[in-house]
Amino acid sequence: MQTLRFTHKAKSRLPGKKDEAIIGVVASGNLEILLERVLPGTDCEVEIATPLRGYEETWKAVVAEFVERSSPGGLRISINDGGARPDTVYLRLIQGSALMGAE
Amino acid sequence: MADWNSEQRARDERLAAGSKIAEGKMVAPEHATALLEAVIRPGDRICLEGDNQKQADFLAACLAKADPKVLHDLHVVQSGIVLPEHIDLFEKGIARKLDFSYSGPQSHALPRALKSGKVELGAIHTYIELFARYVVDLTPHVALTVARSADREGNLYMGPNTEDSPSVIEATAFKQGVVVAQVNEVVDKLPRVDIPADRVDFVVAAPKPFYVEPLFTRDPASITDIQILAAMMAIKGIYAEYGIKRLNHGIGFNTAAIELLLPTYAEKLGLKGKIATHWALNPHPTLIPAIESGWVKQIHSFGSEVGMDAYMRARSDIYFTGRDGSMSSNRMYCQIAGLYATDLFIGSTLQIDLNGNSSTVTEDRIAGFGGAPNMGSDAHGRRHPSEPWLKAGREAVDGRPQVMRGRKLVVQLVESFSEKMVPVFVEKLDSLDLAEKLKLDLAPVMIYGDDVTHIVSEEGIANLLLCRTAEEREQAIRGIAGFTDVGRGRDRKMVEKLRERKIIRRPEDLDINPLDAQRSMLAARSIEDLMHWSGNLYDPPDKFRNW
Repeated sequence: MQTLRFTHKAKSRLPGKKDEAIIGVVASGNLEILLERVLPGTDCEVEIATPLRGYEETWKAVVAEFVERSSPGGLRISINDGGARPDTVYLRLIQGSALMGAE
Repeated sequence: MADWNSEQRARDERLAAGSKIAEGKMVAPEHATALLEAVIRPGDRICLEGDNQKQADFLAACLAKADPKVLHDLHVVQSGIVLPEHIDLFEKGIARKLDFSYSGPQSHALPRALKSGKVELGAIHTYIELFARYVVDLTPHVALTVARSADREGNLYMGPNTEDSPSVIEATAFKQGVVVAQVNEVVDKLPRVDIPADRVDFVVAAPKPFYVEPLFTRDPASITDIQILAAMMAIKGIYAEYGIKRLNHGIGFNTAAIELLLPTYAEKLGLKGKIATHWALNPHPTLIPAIESGWVKQIHSFGSEVGMDAYMRARSDIYFTGRDGSMSSNRMYCQIAGLYATDLFIGSTLQIDLNGNSSTVTEDRIAGFGGAPNMGSDAHGRRHPSEPWLKAGREAVDGRPQVMRGRKLVVQLVESFSEKMVPVFVEKLDSLDLAEKLKLDLAPVMIYGDDVTHIVSEEGIANLLLCRTAEEREQAIRGIAGFTDVGRGRDRKMVEKLRERKIIRRPEDLDINPLDAQRSMLAARSIEDLMHWSGNLYDPPDKFRNW
């Protein structure tokens, strides 16, 4: 198991009232994501526990793209990866931020 | 004196040789190999009917048992290289040359046989291209066909699996060839006659019913959220946008997801009756919920599907059925329908390059084409207008030229990565390397980039009709190629400009809520659900019964 951690400054704080959300499942080829609104301002932090080594660059690109497009300021995101493909990771991330952004 | 009837005489000689083994037209199964050795000559073109579905498997096994000293150098001209026996013919030296369309289960064995020099490859065709050559320069001398039943005269009943047979048999029988049929049973009276007896020379009742591959059954349980997201984009960004009523779907999970979203997601969008009403399509079980919900007006099919007989019989308003009530398919007609009478083809592929060329050939795998290159091409002979066709035609040009023509929508629906993290978007197709290695005159390309109008991935839709330069086209493709190397190599500024011009559209541009991309959105989530939708008329094959 490898742990990766990325910190970003988002363009803005993510609107919405939810403090916490969870999406996805822990299963092979899938992943579970916990989102918590605990960070100040536009800070965003993503921590990934993944069984697959050697995909650090891909994770970095996926997280950067997500932060760029979704502006998840204020969120700490914890990912429990089951070897999901980057497209699945990205979908779960935007699903998570949509959940957090919901009124 | 010129001899104008030598072929007829040659045919009479073959029939005379065969008759010694037969009783009238009937041949006992244990004499089938002897019959084939009697009616086939070295160097003959033979069509051993194997499509992508039904297989003349008994005759295939009997031919593979022939003595290579008697039968050799045959030229196999058949649509499917599907059974191991089809490859055995070449390994044993019975056959040497091959012209075909589709190789599904033998897609790994075929490149091996090519490399070893056992197979001399003519060409890989689309179905109707090969059928067309049956009446021009690849007419079979002998056709080995397969039917559900024969009567004592030799009339054949094929039921829902008529498939390629009429095309093969007419070409063979009317050019003085010999037709041998494998049947499950000989009966006194057939439910209906699909092939008249005077086109059939010999009939063999096989010891076991012929094999049919359930090729079009996709278990909804395996459809992923990513596929659902892309399917939602296709529905909203293409089907609704162009008003697609007449269409063909490929056989992948991606298009199965679209079929299962019609009664749910598309219904919510108010699209019922406005899209997806008339189909050129195999009897996909995943279309059952849409049919039962009143979405579908009619379907003509290339072939049949295992387990769908009773359902289709009970839905004759939807399917084409004979006077006996059972469905009737015809691959030639349905392929032509896909070419001339549909406004959209959508299907998946394994590789797409930066020009939009696609291929299912990867290193050491030649799956052939089947019908996709035909479905997935713009028919330049088409002359009747329709709204989607005209709209696509207008998008492809600037302004209003004096002479306008429409465009068929050819859509590639893919995930940026396939199984095991293999990228679908590539700089260069594997097909080109394989063609070089095997010294093929033409690299196999499934759909040429200039026929593709849209590519849909989980990241978005690229509308290639609206691209005006090669550079725009490349960036439009990179812009939806996700986290593959091709996708990460995008010019981000240019991609944003393409997005402003609606050449690239993302789920958020189409107002698609990512939270809707969940399996709960599917009208059926298992094979069992499909059975329930059908009122238990759908009878899935055992390998799909997992409950």
